[in-house]
Formats: sequence, structure tokens, C-alpha cells
Amino acid sequence: MTLTGRIHSFESFGTLDGPGIRFIVFMQGCPLRCLYCHNRDTWDPKGGIEFTVDQVFQKVESYRNFFAYSGGGLTVSGGEPTLQAEFVTELFKRCHASGIHTALDTSGFVEIDRVKELLNFTDLILLDIKHPEENKHLEITGVGTYKIKKFMHYTTQIGIPLWIRYVLIPGYTDNEETLKETAFLLCNMANVKKIEVLPYHSLGKYKWERLGENYKLSHVREPSAEDVRKASRILHDCLSLLTNKT
Amino acid sequence: MGCIIMTYLDNFIRGNWNAEIDVRNFIQLNYTPYTGDASFLQGPTEATKKLWQKITTLMEEERKKGGVLDVDTHTISTICSHAPGYIDQDLEKIVGLQTDQPLKRAIMPFGGLRMVQKGCEAAGKELDPLVAEIFTKYRKTHNQGVYDVYTPEMLKAKKAGIITGLPDAYGRGRIIGDYRRVALYGVDRLIEEKQAELTHLEYDYIDYETTRDREEIREQILALKELKEMARLYGFDISGPAQDARQAIQWLYFAYLGAVKEQNGAAMSIGRISTFLDIYLENDLRQGRISEQEAQELIDHLVIKLRIVRFLRTPEYDKLFSGDPTWVTESIGGMGLDGRTLVTKTSFRMLNTLFNLGPAPEPNLTVLWSVHLPQGFKEFCAKVSIATSSIQYESDDIMRYHWGDDYGIACCVSAMRLGKQMQFFGARCNLAKALLYALNGGRDEISGIQVAPMFAAVDTEYLDYEDVWKRFDMLLDWLARLYINSLNLIHYMHDKYAYERLQMALHDREVFRTMACGIAGLSVVTDSLSAIKYAKVKPIRDSRNIIIDFEVEGDYPRFGNNDERVDSIATEIVKLFMNKLRKQRTYRHSTPTLSILTITSNVVYGQATGNTPDGRKKGEPLAPGANPMHGRDVNGALAVLKSIAKLPYEYAQDGISYTFSIIPKALGREEQTRITNLTALLDGYFREGGHHINVNVFEKEMLLDAMEHPEKYPQLTIRVSGYAVNFIRLTREQQLDVINRTIHGQI
Repeated sequence: MTLTGRIHSFESFGTLDGPGIRFIVFMQGCPLRCLYCHNRDTWDPKGGIEFTVDQVFQKVESYRNFFAYSGGGLTVSGGEPTLQAEFVTELFKRCHASGIHTALDTSGFVEIDRVKELLNFTDLILLDIKHPEENKHLEITGVGTYKIKKFMHYTTQIGIPLWIRYVLIPGYTDNEETLKETAFLLCNMANVKKIEVLPYHSLGKYKWERLGENYKLSHVREPSAEDVRKASRILHDCLSLLTNKT
Repeated sequence: MGCIIMTYLDNFIRGNWNAEIDVRNFIQLNYTPYTGDASFLQGPTEATKKLWQKITTLMEEERKKGGVLDVDTHTISTICSHAPGYIDQDLEKIVGLQTDQPLKRAIMPFGGLRMVQKGCEAAGKELDPLVAEIFTKYRKTHNQGVYDVYTPEMLKAKKAGIITGLPDAYGRGRIIGDYRRVALYGVDRLIEEKQAELTHLEYDYIDYETTRDREEIREQILALKELKEMARLYGFDISGPAQDARQAIQWLYFAYLGAVKEQNGAAMSIGRISTFLDIYLENDLRQGRISEQEAQELIDHLVIKLRIVRFLRTPEYDKLFSGDPTWVTESIGGMGLDGRTLVTKTSFRMLNTLFNLGPAPEPNLTVLWSVHLPQGFKEFCAKVSIATSSIQYESDDIMRYHWGDDYGIACCVSAMRLGKQMQFFGARCNLAKALLYALNGGRDEISGIQVAPMFAAVDTEYLDYEDVWKRFDMLLDWLARLYINSLNLIHYMHDKYAYERLQMALHDREVFRTMACGIAGLSVVTDSLSAIKYAKVKPIRDSRNIIIDFEVEGDYPRFGNNDERVDSIATEIVKLFMNKLRKQRTYRHSTPTLSILTITSNVVYGQATGNTPDGRKKGEPLAPGANPMHGRDVNGALAVLKSIAKLPYEYAQDGISYTFSIIPKALGREEQTRITNLTALLDGYFREGGHHINVNVFEKEMLLDAMEHPEKYPQLTIRVSGYAVNFIRLTREQQLDVINRTIHGQI
């Protein structure tokens, strides 16, 4: 039987998820239940459309000129792409055989054994940190941090470059203590190449409403550019302090 | 022992350009490629700022008056018709206006009297009755000539809106005089050449063609003499070559000015002047005659002049093309046949005017992009695009192969060898309507009138792809024939009654002529045929037994998603129609070409087109140029670029236009990333075979705000298919069309 993956959608001109111009595959299905999820419609693992590795690779490959000129490549996002690790592994293998850069946009909520092979063909990981504390993390995402921290540790061990994304949500993740704790979480990870603080936005709200769901963060305002700069400064200052000590 | 410089031109390496009229040879031997970055550029001088301020004030007044500041309703515009005019003589480094006042419009009745009368009326003026009398009683116009010979079938097709925008009431334009020749050679030498050409037209048997050619050349010589006189009125003697950079710019501009005083052509492009002028500027800089700031000032002042070229048009024309288009297209950059880049410092200086004077639709700055362009130039282009949305890009890698390395763009996407080639502008026909005619047996889906020859309409319950394709094919046979025949008589009359004396004087005697046809509605027809092929389409008929709507069952691929199943249909349509055009006999044995370009006319054409099988509703705009219909591309920007790049330039050599709009954030988070990504996007697109792209970078919110508060955005420039416009001058329908059109952004 041919291996297929369930895919939510494609974006041929991604510029925010990895270096250069990215072809982005949004995989269907996610084990997390983030309050602010802007791809609410990717949760259901039975949704999406089935594609073979071949079909998807053909799409990816057709943009190789754009990758070459921009230093870009393929990013697999979601949903949670590691739910379909086998499919993504095959896709990444094909990319590597053709010299196409691969990035995995994941929450890190996955058993290591399920993704060992996948990570062998992953050039870059984009990892979302929702919250450094167990309880808060549970509140925001519906899952705990144990698996994620193990995943992070493993990526450091094998030395895959990591871009950290930290979503700044007023009232949830924007206080100084939380930011410092996040820095503490990252300070021993030599493979972290970039930390981006992204402002929370409510653009995904309509997707919840379309599914007849209650969007719980309706009361939360979007942080200003200044808020983002401030948070980013705290995170980076704290991190450089910690790394200098150790 | 140093050699003695005898004349200014002895500064330059000699070559064939000394023996013959050969501007390209002069450029190739003397230009200095520039591969650095933009750090040398200078801001505007005080004089520039003051001049531009004056113009800004006048333009504001012009806008408040409904679009026209003033009209000289008495003086028939010719090269020497008006007394010299200035913005502020003490400040202007480059002088010359179309009339005696900036932004005051002249009347040009040779193309058509009605256009002038209606234009005057719209401006609250009345045309001098004497002028009306002259052009009614004594002198026939191009417009009159065309209407004398139009067939009833042509009139019906025009009225129905299947063939539209034909240049039958005003100057056809899309001819580029090689204005550089005046700077390099001076007018006397050009007259000598033309006189020699006449002696080559003395045959044993003087037939119709020879007679015509002799008369045309004679007219060209007269126009050149008038040009000298026009310059003399401004205090310049342009009979000899320019003797420094300022003169070179002045001479060249005079030549262009003569052209826009004589012709109100639909597009009056200036050619490819930056690198030519750079030779003079670099020479004078090297010799310490001018500073960088002065070099920039000269270019700024030239561009100010190009920004205020005005023609008197009718409100209907403005509605079709948005405001005041003149298409003063300047082609910048590109690569030489020897592999050196044609980018010079003046390529940068020209783009820098968008910073020094702010964004503007004119001149229509067109970068001839090659993947081999120097990185510094690519990045500067991207930076200017992101800041001003005022550049369009066209593939030098494609066009150099076809047209050499000294071509320019006329209007939006029409390439032509400078001084060696011209086109007979043919506007476009509406293919979406043609498809509906094919289904309805040649009857118009709105009026019910039999416009095309009568044949059996589709009478099945569902549409069958093979059957529809056959009908469409047959309908296009009729359309291509009628279309070319219409153009044949239009251009015959234009040559006869509104010949471009000066512009053609700046051409070689033997020019290559194309018959530039065009199509609108490609993506609508493509998606309609795709629906018929891959889904089930049920036609709905009204009481007249005309198909007026469609029910579509099931899904089907849509153009703009890099999906071969449907993209191949688009290519087939283009090939089908082009091959039909190639079968026709054309005026002056011109070679038929095709463009996929609408500028903003897609809105008006859409208004005249009924429901289409792709789900587009009656009256809704067609997509502009080769764009997919908005909202149907669901795989992001590159998928669209890939689909567009598949359209074959070989079958659309008059250009394939795509308008791309994106919010800044979607290009990347940081400024430098945005520049890099846009550069890579352009490299990739042109590498794939794309021909043209307009790049708009703006926030949707800003446009919505500009609709409500135009006074806050006087210079907001956006690019539409092939051309830039001032957003606040668009009609409300056009503004909404621009906003609804795909703005690529991701969440």
C-alpha cells in the first residue's frame, strides 16, 4: 500500500517559517488544544485530503528555483506534523535526495522514538514554546510539558538547529517571570539559533466560529510592537546572562 | 604629447555610430556597467524640492477641479504651436512644457474631433468653434476616416463589447521614437539621413507604397525642422549634437516633448534612456564638470517633466484606464548581448527619483530583469518596490532573446527594438464574451442581438467539453478575422490622417511592424472550460432561449494553482487564438502578435459580460491581464507565478501581464529579509519563464482608508495590470476591484 498523509493545505510562498522562501505543507491533526490556535481546522486527524508522498514531493520540487535563489526549502507544519511522522520522513528523504532544505514546525509533543528517523532528515526545527510551566502549559494547550522538554533535550543531543518561537499572549505569557523561566529553559541548548517572539493575534478566530466553537481568548488584546520588543529584550537579556554564567 | 579634444563627442570611443545612425553602438562602446550598491545616491536639491512642491500644489488643484486644471481650447497642438512654458524658469535645469502653462492641456484634433469636444466639455470648457469648423468642414480626422469605412458588423461587435478599446478616436500610441538620436546626433544630421533615404526611394515605377513612403519621409523631415524651431523658442539650438550631460538630457527631452505635442497617443513611452544618458553623466562627473548631486538633479528634473505630461481625454476613457495614463514608460537595466550588465549608476538615479520626489505612476518605470543582474541593483529595486510599489518588472532574459539588447517597452508590456520597430496598437477582445457567444450561437448574452454569424446554439442539458471547444474554436475564427480587419482599417486611417511624423522621423526607414492584438478574460474562460471539463455544468436558458446562467455540480481545478490540468487549458486558448491571428492578412504586412493585458479595462469589460460557467456573475470584473480570478488561487503566491509563467511568450509576444499584491509582512519579518525574498521571488519567477509582473506592497487597511480619505494619500501609487496608477484617481469600482484582488498575505 502506498503511504499517504492527510493534509490540510499548502502554501507556496511562506516567508515566516524558516529561512528563505518556503513551501509549507500543513498536516492535518493535532494532539494539542491551544486556546489561541489559528489553525483550529487542522485538529481533527480524520480531516484534510489524502496525498501520496510522490504527489506532495512533485509540488515541492516544482519550486526549487525559488528555494535556490532565496536559500529556502520545505517546511512541514500543521497541525502537528509528527502525528504523521512516517509520511513526513519519506517526504524529507525525497527532499534530501534532491538537495532541498527541510524544516519541521512542531510543538515537540511527541515520543522521541517516533521521530528519531524523521529527525535524521530534518535540517531545522521550528519549535513553539507555549509556556515554560507545567500547569500554565496544561491550561493553554491541554497537554503537559514533559514530552516537550524531553524532545528539546534530544534535539540538543543530536545537534539539530532550532528556531524557538514564543507566542506573546497578554495575561498568559507576557509577565517577566515567565519570560525569564523560558530563558532558563533554553540556556543550555547550544542548538538554539534564533528566538522569535511573536505577537498573539486573533486572525484565526473566524475558524473557531465557523466550526461552532467558543473562542476563549476573545477578551485578550493583541500586543503592540513595543510589547513584543520589550518581551524579546527580557528574554534575550536573561538568556545571555545565563549563558555567560555557565 | 596629449591629444587635443576637438569636440565633446571626442570624449567617447569612436565606432559605427560615427558613420551611421547607431545609438546602440555608441552605448556599447562607451557605457560603464555598475555593479555596486545604492550608497552613492543623493537626495533632492533645494531647487528640486521647490519645483516639486509647486507641481504638487498644481496637481492638488487639478484633482479638486475634477481631473483637468486647464485647457487651451483655441490652439491646435503641433510641435511649435505653443509659446514656451515654465514651472519656474530660474529653478528648472531641464525646460519645456506641452503648452505655455504646466498641466494646461492642449487640443489634438487630428486623431478625432469628438474626443476633443467631449474632453473640453468635461472640463467645463467649450472648444473654439473655429477649430470645430476646420475639422468638420476642411480637414478630416482619423476618427472620421475610420467611421467612414467601418462595416456594420464591426460596429455591432464594438457596441456589444466583444472587441473593445480600439484606437479609433484618438492617437494610437505605442510607438517609441528613438529620442536619444537627437541628443547624440543633433537634428541636422538626422535630416540629412532622411534626405538620403528619399533618394533610395526613386524607382523606375513609383507605386502606391513608394508614394506613401516618400510622403511619410518628407513629413518626417518637416517635423524635424519644426523640432529645431520649438527648441529655438526655448533658446536652444539643437541642430548639432549635445555638448554636455545637461544638453543631452535637454535635447532628448525636447525630442520627446515634440512627440507629445504632436500626438496624444494612448501610450507615449520614452524608451530606454537611463544607460544612454549615463554615458554623458559619467563623462561629466569624471571631468569634474558636475557633482553627483547635480547629476541626480538633472534626472530628477527630467522626471518631473515626464510626470506632468497630460492629454485631454474623455470621462469614458478615464473610466476605462483610470485617471490620466500616459505610459511614459522608461525601461531600465537588462543585460547586454556580450554578457555585461546594462545597469549603470543612472539606472539607480532613475529609480531614486521615486524617493526624491515620492512615488508616482509616471514615468512608468520598468526594470528589465535578468537573473544575471548585479545583486546590488536587484536589492535596490526590491527596496524601492517595497517602499513605493512604483516599479514593474519584465523578463530581459526572454526579451533579449527575441529583441536584442536595445529594445524598449511601449505602454506596459510591448517590447520593440528602438528606432527599428513599431506596432499597430490593437487594444483587445473579450474572450469571456466570445465563449458565451460560442454557446449561444453567436447571439449576445445580454442584448440577445445576433452579433456573430448565426449558428446552432448548444441545446444539450449539460455542456460537453469537446463540443464547447469546437464551437469556441469556430467563434474565434470569426472573431480573429473581424478583429484584424477592424485594425487594418483603423491603422490605414491613422497613417493617413494622424501620422506620427516626429516619432517616425526618429526611426530607421525600414521598420518592423507588428499588429498588436490582445485578449481580456483569459482566466475566466480557462476556469469556465475547466468547469465544463472536470465538473458538470448545466446551462440555464431564459425565455429568449439564451443561456444566461450555469449550475456547476462538483469541483474542478482553477487557474492559478500550479495545476497542470487547468493551466494547460489556458495555454491552449492562447495558442488557438494566436494561430488564428497569424492566418489573417494585415495592413502593411505587419506581423500579428498578442498581449494578455487589460490595465484596468477588465472592470469595464466585466460590466459588459454576462454570467460565465466559472461562477463569475454578470457585471463582475474580469481578472486583470493574465491574473487568476481573485479568491481562486489557494496555494499561495508562487503557485500563481508558476501558472502564469507557463503561458507561452512565443504565442503572446506583445506581453503577458501579471499583477501581484502583497502585504509587507508576508514578504518576511525584517526589512532585509523582505528585500531578499522579493529578489528571490523575481529571480525564480523569471527563471521559470514569467514575462511580466507588477509588484504592489501595501496593507489592505491603508487602501480602505485611502478610499475614504483621498486627501491623506496624494501620491499613493499602485500597480495594475502593466501600469501604475494613482489610487485616489481610480473610480470606486476600480478601487474595490484592486482591494478584492488577491492580496497575498498569510495568517
